[in-house]
Amino acid sequence: MVDHVVSTKLYILVFAALIALTALTTGVSFIDLGKWNTVAALAIAVCKASLVALFFMHLKWSSGLMRIVLLAAFVWFAILVTLTLADELARQWTPVPSSWEAQIQQQVR
Amino acid sequence: MHSSTAALAEQFDDLQQQQEASSLGMWVFLATEVMFFGGLFTAYILYRNFYLPGFEAGSRLLNVRIGALNTAILLCSSLTMALAVRAAQLGKKGALTTFLFLTLLLGLAFVAVKLGLEWRHDYLEGFAPGVHWTFHGPDWRHIELFFVFYFFMTGIHALHMVVGVGILTALILMAGRGKFSPQRYNAVEVAGLYWHFVDIVWIFLYPLLYLIGGRY
Repeated sequence: MVDHVVSTKLYILVFAALIALTALTTGVSFIDLGKWNTVAALAIAVCKASLVALFFMHLKWSSGLMRIVLLAAFVWFAILVTLTLADELARQWTPVPSSWEAQIQQQVR
Repeated sequence: MHSSTAALAEQFDDLQQQQEASSLGMWVFLATEVMFFGGLFTAYILYRNFYLPGFEAGSRLLNVRIGALNTAILLCSSLTMALAVRAAQLGKKGALTTFLFLTLLLGLAFVAVKLGLEWRHDYLEGFAPGVHWTFHGPDWRHIELFFVFYFFMTGIHALHMVVGVGILTALILMAGRGKFSPQRYNAVEVAGLYWHFVDIVWIFLYPLLYLIGGRY
């Protein structure tokens, strides 16, 4: 054997937790929490994904090399999302110059 | 020749390094997959911000029971895949083939439910953008856009499942020929990483597509 062998019991515990979290996230969607519904759904999804990555994908026992690759992927994904949303957020901050209005009208026509 | 040296390819110092090299290769591939799905997720987030009422209405049109059922099927398949890797580590050939086969069946069940039940239902109900769209209620243009994301994201995910099923078939054949040993089971380990990653993608797709509209 080369790698750490995880016990069947631990795998089944993780699986039970994943099923429980699926039931929880489905249940929460039936309760009106306003904006917190989205937060709860994503938080539970992150928990489930972490369980899968740490135990099923053996990240808990892997070397730092694998972790840094995954971390790099998510850092780059975060840059993609953050900059895209920053653009969306800041779009209305500056008014459209009045000299552009005529051009926009032309394009609409 | 000793069995552990036969399992070791000559470019590696030891089995540990060989194992890490193959896992690292798969993790780098999975990082590119994060980018691949990341683009779709980012587009989804952006358009959801633009057209929130339409996206929430679209989400409520999906069948949450089937979505939850399919999530459970996929989580089961991840468990059997993890147990298959464990069987390979311990050199239990019978258990390895059994668990790989179970994973294959659960994967096929997922794709069958997704395409055969859900997509078929959505198509017949007239929720297939550009192909068969009959819904013209409030916000229908935005709901149509939601369904474009729905079909594209679940379609790309299902495609990954089909690729996974192909990989599993190859692994079952290789296991039958006795290609794996506790010294060399890299292919099983790496296929497991891929399978669990596809599971993780679904773990995010399920709430984003089925739950975020709210069911209350």
